[in-house]
Amino acid sequence: MSRPFRQHSILPGFGLTMGFTIFYLSLIVLLPLGAAFLNTFTMGWTQFWETVTGARALASYRLSIGASLLAASINTVLGLLAAWVLVRYDFPGKRWVDALVDLPFALPTAVAGITLTALFAGNGWLGAWLEPLGIKVAFTWLGVVVALTFIGLPFVVRTVQPVLQELDPEIEEAAATLGANRWQSLRRVVFPELLPALLTGFSLAFARAIGEYGSVVLISGNMPMKTEITPLLIVTKLANYDYSGATALAVATLMMSFVLLLFINLLQWWSRARYA
Amino acid sequence: MALTKSNSENRGGGTAGLNEPRIVRFLLISVALLFLSLFLLLPLIVVFSEAFKKGVEVYLESIREPDAAAAIRLTLLAAGIAVPLNLIFGVAAAWAIAKFQFPGKSFLITLIDLPFSVSPVISGLVYVLLFGLQGWLGPWLAAHDIKIIFAVPGIVLATIFVTFPFVARELIPLMQSQGSEEEEAARTLGAGGWQIFWRVTLPNIKWGLLYGVILCNARAMGEFGAVSVVSGHVRGFTNTIPLHAEILYNEYNSTAAFAMASLLTMLTLVTIALKALIDWKSRVVVREAPDQDLAEAA
Repeated sequence: MSRPFRQHSILPGFGLTMGFTIFYLSLIVLLPLGAAFLNTFTMGWTQFWETVTGARALASYRLSIGASLLAASINTVLGLLAAWVLVRYDFPGKRWVDALVDLPFALPTAVAGITLTALFAGNGWLGAWLEPLGIKVAFTWLGVVVALTFIGLPFVVRTVQPVLQELDPEIEEAAATLGANRWQSLRRVVFPELLPALLTGFSLAFARAIGEYGSVVLISGNMPMKTEITPLLIVTKLANYDYSGATALAVATLMMSFVLLLFINLLQWWSRARYA
Repeated sequence: MALTKSNSENRGGGTAGLNEPRIVRFLLISVALLFLSLFLLLPLIVVFSEAFKKGVEVYLESIREPDAAAAIRLTLLAAGIAVPLNLIFGVAAAWAIAKFQFPGKSFLITLIDLPFSVSPVISGLVYVLLFGLQGWLGPWLAAHDIKIIFAVPGIVLATIFVTFPFVARELIPLMQSQGSEEEEAARTLGAGGWQIFWRVTLPNIKWGLLYGVILCNARAMGEFGAVSVVSGHVRGFTNTIPLHAEILYNEYNSTAAFAMASLLTMLTLVTIALKALIDWKSRVVVREAPDQDLAEAA
């Protein structure tokens, strides 16, 4: 309302910056991606279908999607808890802990991979303690979940934190005045406000986990049919010069994460419409 | 009047409804800290304790070793090319998107974010399909004796691709929220385009810009998946620090692998520290100019 008309800007540089943006975007991203995926059309439909529904491919989807869902769920629950504790409570060293949450964003995945493997291997600090209990983490599907939980950890914390900070304490006060106990006002008043942010955090963590490669290949042991994630299967095909097989799997992966993200966006839209 | 009073009385008396009991607080803090220290602090400690397991001498030796030194040089080269290019792109894209109105803007932003939603492995695959020996341009490149895949240019390209959105993504929302009144005022007073950018826009966006650059750099130096696909893993030639660390680890040379990893971890710690510093700085700036914020909100 404050600026009712501004169709034309008096500022210079639109042609130059827009031209460069389009040029660079096309050169680095659009043309290579487009050319690569035109490649799949050169292989026939039956060949494509056979590649993406092969037994080994199906096993890899199961692991990739299952472990990603599990890791994103763990991160949603514990990330909500971490965000709550960081916003609402005070404790010594809080600023340090808050800064440290960004570690998985900035730590290279290969470093995460070898470090988690060293921690959870049979002779590692945690592995030596878990394996006598019969829990094997490194080189099993559990290791994949651990790695994916690590790399997705900041997403939920960082999407929930600002919403929690902005949340007006008056609505909780109002709920308390109206006779709600703490649990009721958290569940009925605070939680619905946080739900869209939680879903966003979940979908970001999930999307990241689906494509993750570096941290997983080191800890998973990469056994075909058992601990082989889809990105690894793509790399294996590529290493065997099976370019069309690798592309077919890449296309299938992209489609799957696209459909899942669409679904999560719908869920988000629904939760906004319902609680707004 | 009476209503307000009774409300505030209630508030004073009803803290039980507003806060969790002490024991619950304590439990929640403990569980959160346990989770975070298990997943964040412990790995950090492991990196350095493994790297220095055999003493400082061995550590320094593993870094100075020729293949390691070559990996460090290649990593610096790739980041040194990718970061400035993506910085220029980020500023140009943010200027075009934030300062002007045009149709298809949100679609353009989605396209810019694309490399974030593509698996790193697929980012690398794309270039192999294009420039690899059996790729579209492969035969032509081979005929002209140009090597891109399994060579340095491929690594640089893959690094540019995966770090493509960082600066743009940081600057676009920032510049959109700042509006363009200040630039327009400068323009009316007779300033030229570059003058406006250097004197008006840049001081306003410097923290966001720096933020984007350090995140871009951290990813550029640490990228594994995409680079691994195009590299071919030739020791001393096409290994970056993360690739070299992986090879050493798979050869059971754990100390040397963690020495490489410790370099990247130090970079990570510097990145996080700078990020926290910038967060704090920009919060101070916002606090100093609350009126402007209110005006924007209104």
